[in-house]
Amino acid sequence: METLIIMLIGILVAVATYLILSRNIIRIILGTAVFSHAVHLLILTMGDLKKGNVPLLKEADAPYADALPQALILTAIVISFAVTAFILVLAYRTYQDVGTDDLDELRGARDE
Amino acid sequence: MNNLIVLPLIIPIMVGVVLVFLRPYVKLQRVISLITMIGIAGISIFILNRVQTHGIIRLDFGGWEPPFGILFVADSFAMLLVLTASIVTAICLIHAFSSIGEKHEKMYFYPFVLFLVAGVNGSFLTGDLFNLFVCFEVMLLASYVLITSGGTKPQLRESIKYVVINVLASWFFLVALAFLYGTVGTLNMAHISERVAEVGQGPLLTTISILFLLVFSLKAGLLLFFWLPGSYSVPPTAVAALFGALLTKVGIYALFRTFTLIFYHEPLISQTLIGIMAGITLIAGCMGAIAFKDIRLIVSYNVLIAIGFIMIGLAIGTETSIAGSIYYVVHDMIAKAMLFLLAGTMIYLTGKSKIDEMSGLIRNYPLFGWMFFLVTCSLAGIPPLSGFVGKILVGQGAIESGSYVLLALAFISSIVVLYSLLRIFLNTIFGETIISLEDEKPMKLGMIIPIVLFGIATVSLGLGAEFISVYVTDAAHTLSNPSVYIDAVMGGNK
Repeated sequence: METLIIMLIGILVAVATYLILSRNIIRIILGTAVFSHAVHLLILTMGDLKKGNVPLLKEADAPYADALPQALILTAIVISFAVTAFILVLAYRTYQDVGTDDLDELRGARDE
Repeated sequence: MNNLIVLPLIIPIMVGVVLVFLRPYVKLQRVISLITMIGIAGISIFILNRVQTHGIIRLDFGGWEPPFGILFVADSFAMLLVLTASIVTAICLIHAFSSIGEKHEKMYFYPFVLFLVAGVNGSFLTGDLFNLFVCFEVMLLASYVLITSGGTKPQLRESIKYVVINVLASWFFLVALAFLYGTVGTLNMAHISERVAEVGQGPLLTTISILFLLVFSLKAGLLLFFWLPGSYSVPPTAVAALFGALLTKVGIYALFRTFTLIFYHEPLISQTLIGIMAGITLIAGCMGAIAFKDIRLIVSYNVLIAIGFIMIGLAIGTETSIAGSIYYVVHDMIAKAMLFLLAGTMIYLTGKSKIDEMSGLIRNYPLFGWMFFLVTCSLAGIPPLSGFVGKILVGQGAIESGSYVLLALAFISSIVVLYSLLRIFLNTIFGETIISLEDEKPMKLGMIIPIVLFGIATVSLGLGAEFISVYVTDAAHTLSNPSVYIDAVMGGNK
């Protein structure tokens, strides 16, 4: 199971890398979103996929599953949600003001 | 009493939330935010002194003893940085009162500065790697807002790159955390350090350490600095000063913490790598500082030189050189903020940003001119100003360990700093004045006072080096002996 998930993570990272290397801002933002999904899966896999019971001492039998990765992912999801929301607004605002969503044109001359 | 060490994080957040609701009352916001920062500075002085008498203080949130819960750890290194960050922010706020403009102030400028400070202080104080990630994100989100607020075209253009590169860096941080958790099964820094020492730093852990090096280098601007000069030169003066003083220092702090506490077993790999990166950063920073004529870019490249210099202290890795780096971090926070304020004020006064378009400012604003000279001397490391002590200690450490290449690079870079700043000084401050008496913009008192305060700070840090050396020695001792930190955190829970 772990091997399958790791392969899935690999595919996600490949897709995200492809997206983030393009020139269109929206694609880059989508790329960062896919990146964050990949790393959430990675954290989950690193804590071993479910092998035990709910980690309630005395209420369930050992061995217990590791609860920490889920807490970490929850935090990471909230953060990536906030950042993605912000960067989408920023991209829209930039498009309105600068008039382009092409990063090559956003490069900007050094001597402005 | 231990609860005190959460205050540098919690006070700015609470006050920031309150300030959001006080949006129309600009004057009230100013007063409250300034009082908050001064209060935090006072608290940090108290904690810093308590660390000297009682040893490292830790606070376990919710009573979960390490390694199970999240915790804050206050040692001398962290508290010195919290203290300096608070003082620098307070002084930058005074500058912002007269320079930032009502438009920004009504768009939640003060709350976001406080959130930024909360993130910075949290990163310094936390003893848990995942918590470090969260504090980084608090700080970064606040900085995203501060860098874009105002919404001019260059700001939007540069901030897109700034945000994307930081999102990517955070992603790498998470990847490194995931692998580290999978390998050692804990996130408490002291506990990680113990486990790494037990199993030995094999190839896998070394790879993870290089991932961390990559992440923190991106944040600190060590070698991976391509985003820095652009994004630090677009925001308003007070914001740029805050960024230049605080943000990269958080990355530097994280590098020091991870590579002295956790991954210190493979000095041949990590320290050599850091040394090479620091060297290249120094060279590139020097080239940038000399090449450009835009004063904001020159100042931004000077940030890079300082980063390279500080990291040389870590690359050498003796207790002396680490102490030198700590001195230099404290000095650099003050001096860089002052330099950014001076550069921004210069642009405000003349309306130009190229050094060959200005001239003779000293005739119109003598105090301003001499302050620029002061910061030039301080950054070049001329005694008795604050840069001197740090430079001499790093130099001493380099000679002790025989790292002559790094030594040469560090001191040549000082000369380049002097040259690049004297170039600004001679072109813009000396010479024939171009501003006639009628066109002369009056220097606002609120702009010169913070600059003078920073000037006083850099002089007194230099003269009072003896006074803070107690704290710096203790901080360097804790950094070079990981067992001190580990015992303080894990004591009694082995």
